[in-house]
Amino acid sequence: MIYLENIGRYFLMLKSVFSKMTKWSMLRNLIFKEIDDLIVGSMGIVCFISFFVGGVVAIQTALNISNPLIPKYLVGFATRQSVILEFAPTFISIIMAGKVGSFITSSIGTMRVTEQIDALEVMGVNSLNYLVFPKIVALSLYPFVITIAMFLGIVGGWLASIYGGFSTSADFVQGLQIDFIPFHVTYAFVKTFVFSFVLATIPSFYGYYMKGGALEVGKASTTSFVWTSVVIILINYIITQLLLT
Amino acid sequence: MIEVKNIKKSFDGVEILKGISTTFEKGKTSLVIGQSGSGKTVFLKSLLGLFTPEEGSIFFDGKEYKKLSTAEKRHLRTEMGMVFQGSALFDSMTVSENVMFPLRMFTNQSVSEMQDRVDFVLKRVNLVDAHHKFPAETSGGMQKRVAIARAIVMNPKYLFCDEPNSGLDPKTAIVIDNLIQEITDEYNITTIINTHDMNSVMEIGEKIVFLKNGYKAWEGTNKEIFKTDNESVTDFVYSSDLFKKVREVYLRELED
Repeated sequence: MIYLENIGRYFLMLKSVFSKMTKWSMLRNLIFKEIDDLIVGSMGIVCFISFFVGGVVAIQTALNISNPLIPKYLVGFATRQSVILEFAPTFISIIMAGKVGSFITSSIGTMRVTEQIDALEVMGVNSLNYLVFPKIVALSLYPFVITIAMFLGIVGGWLASIYGGFSTSADFVQGLQIDFIPFHVTYAFVKTFVFSFVLATIPSFYGYYMKGGALEVGKASTTSFVWTSVVIILINYIITQLLLT
Repeated sequence: MIEVKNIKKSFDGVEILKGISTTFEKGKTSLVIGQSGSGKTVFLKSLLGLFTPEEGSIFFDGKEYKKLSTAEKRHLRTEMGMVFQGSALFDSMTVSENVMFPLRMFTNQSVSEMQDRVDFVLKRVNLVDAHHKFPAETSGGMQKRVAIARAIVMNPKYLFCDEPNSGLDPKTAIVIDNLIQEITDEYNITTIINTHDMNSVMEIGEKIVFLKNGYKAWEGTNKEIFKTDNESVTDFVYSSDLFKKVREVYLRELED
């Protein structure tokens, strides 16, 4: 029953987020600040993880090809498919649920605990629009992060293949090009865009409606990470079913 | 003037406010006192519109809050100032930005006009060198003064303070009390303060409302509170030996 109540409250929250907009001059500054915090601030960890996981995918694929009849370009092919279809959009989003999601929940939750949200409401500010809307707009740039993750994942796989002696550069590049379906990139970006909305709103929900003190802020961050991850995985399944089958 | 008529508020089936009626007059500092859990904060937040009472009405200068349109409620909110118990300053903003926030949000003043107003109110609360400090870099007393500056920057008609003295040393607490009373007189504001502080009750309580278990148990002035024989009030206000003696001395002086 509590789950249904939370789902209902989440959609009511979304309604409030898009009503009674904050003054544009204020909103513009908030959006730039959120882009800096949520997008630019995440680039380092996303680049690091993408590069090395791309390398690991290439190595694992190469090590599991023992049959000499299987062409070597398969390493590049498997890396490309893994990175574009799942690793960059889904795996990075789960990491972002931990990094960005817990940041959002704890920052909004702390504002709740210290009555800063009440202060906004007393002044006549629509606190949900003021706090959540800039995050949604900022995270709409999230597909650019994923583009970089895709690029670095493939570069990581390419370098690991060459310098690990698993494949030649020519073979790897041939694998990258073979059977390329441009729609897979569209599919990845559709997923990413939906995930960006989930990443902005679910952690905000858990931060905004939390009750209690500092300990509860920590608990809300954990709960927010769990539910953001669960929703991302479920939406991933639904979008895959709808777009790829 | 704020008029409260029979407001009731419950949470999870537990009735916190059980029908409170009172009036807070313009230009006067009114205090709401009572033990922890007596419903003071819920009462104050109901006046602010943060909680919606299930029954009863609140009138702001004759206008019933629940009958106002959303736009009218929004406008009324800009006429309210609130000093929260923990100051509730925005951590990511400097003192100056905190005070300027309502001006940026609700007025179309130029930056220099807003800065002039911020300088004026910060000077009014005796803070002149803290403009560029962040709340974390200031003391509790300074934070309270910044919160008061932010609350009065829009020239509010109504000022609400939730335990403005909590966590402050006695000297700073008196400074804050006097500042609130001066501002109330100066700008003819309707001021309502939630407090536990008996010094505030004695010093600035032009009207005192005593809450007990969600009911209004007593109301009067800071002179009348010395004379009252209401057991709930005397138990609460004169629970310490010091205040018992203060009362005795006061009543003796009155007889003489």
